[in-house]
Amino acid sequence: MNVFFYIAAIVAIVSTIMAISGKNAIHSLLYLILSLLAVSVIFYLLSAPFIAALEVIIYAGAIMVLFIFVTMMLNIGLERESENKWLKPRMWIVPSILAVILLVTLIMSLKNVAPVSPDKEAILPKQVGISLFSTYLLGVEIAAILLMAGVIGAYHLGSQKKKVIHRFLKTN
Amino acid sequence: MKYVFIIAGVLLIALSIAAGLIWVERRLLSVWQDRLGPNRVGPFGIGQVVADTIKLFFKEDWVPPFSDRPVFVLAPGILMATILLTFAVIPFGPNFVVFDSNIGILFFLGNSSLGVYSIVLGGWASNNKYSLIGAMRASAQMLTYEVFMGLSLMGVVMMADSFSFYKIVEAQKGAWFFIPQFVGFIVFFIAGIAETHRLPFDIPEAEGELVAGYHSEYSGMKFGMFFVGEYLGITLISGIIATLFFGGWLGPSFLPPVFWFLFKTFFFICVFILLRASLPRPRYDQLMELGWKILLPLSLLNLLITGAILIFLK
Repeated sequence: MNVFFYIAAIVAIVSTIMAISGKNAIHSLLYLILSLLAVSVIFYLLSAPFIAALEVIIYAGAIMVLFIFVTMMLNIGLERESENKWLKPRMWIVPSILAVILLVTLIMSLKNVAPVSPDKEAILPKQVGISLFSTYLLGVEIAAILLMAGVIGAYHLGSQKKKVIHRFLKTN
Repeated sequence: MKYVFIIAGVLLIALSIAAGLIWVERRLLSVWQDRLGPNRVGPFGIGQVVADTIKLFFKEDWVPPFSDRPVFVLAPGILMATILLTFAVIPFGPNFVVFDSNIGILFFLGNSSLGVYSIVLGGWASNNKYSLIGAMRASAQMLTYEVFMGLSLMGVVMMADSFSFYKIVEAQKGAWFFIPQFVGFIVFFIAGIAETHRLPFDIPEAEGELVAGYHSEYSGMKFGMFFVGEYLGITLISGIIATLFFGGWLGPSFLPPVFWFLFKTFFFICVFILLRASLPRPRYDQLMELGWKILLPLSLLNLLITGAILIFLK
């Protein structure tokens, strides 16, 4: 099990680095999808098959398709001048140092926590559902309200009448 | 060793059905359109499949110089891989399943949502305006129909109390699920046609408007993979309909269970082809309206009523 975990983890890290450093937007998105799939494999190895499946369906399957859709529509697949400017070391070196400091503190604090055993019994969808609708009911309700707000906002934006009518559809 | 045989059997059945369908579809369409169809190569023209395959292998496999080469080559492979992977969780008969997963239905939904990439990336990498329009239509269409494709199956999951295809078939020993879940069956069937973008929902490749849509630039075996992938998709959706709503391998015992599964699958494949022969293609906005305004509320309602009845009966 551990070997598979390390393989998936290495794939996730490498593909994420490729996603950040790539210059072609679509190729970067493909690496990001690969990274999400690798994370899903890690979830599966940690005996959470339901979350693994949802990771693939929702993140890799639905959200990333929308990203690719927008990227295709705007046609920003090609390299741009501004991208080159942003990728200068001056721009990313300070945030990276700060992030490394954070990582070190995280690792130091995690040293005392016992690792999760990957060999325990798998958590089935039923158990996830029961705990969502009993212990974490408030969280589910809040998420539902947030989504509802999104739906209402989308309806408000989409409900505006079309002002320009195609010349074939004009009645006069 | 047993697994090797099962995997080989599943692959053999799936791929030979998919290849044979090319001939079956042309002959059936001809029957419904009152003509003969391919009948020259071999008995009843069944050698037509072999002839077509040889032709595809010997065609020049041209990658357009203006395309995004790695993505262009990758795209048809994604389609084949996602569809063939899904066959792993479908039970062909008792003990004739590669991997009886307890998240079987989610595995199928995940693979079908990854299959969208094949078409989107194929269309984008071709760097051709018709391909791009086809890819955009495909992504919007498949994303829409995926939403309630999953929702329409949740009634079945609630009744069988499991995501595993094997357990769902076993739960249908009393009555097949298309009787209590008729709405779910209709919604899933329509969503299945849209997911495989078959006629009447073949808007991504509408040949009257977009040349051949997302695969306009593909030739040789890469085109062949899209082509066979489409037939594999039909086989897969028919197999899943047979498994989830029509009792899978269950049937009278004078024939082996695998036969019943294949018989039901083949019946739905024929329905797919009949739909192609009989229905015109809707406009793009009509397709989206049907999805969001009719099928999505219908599947939510079905979910609600099924849940209420199940709680009431408990």
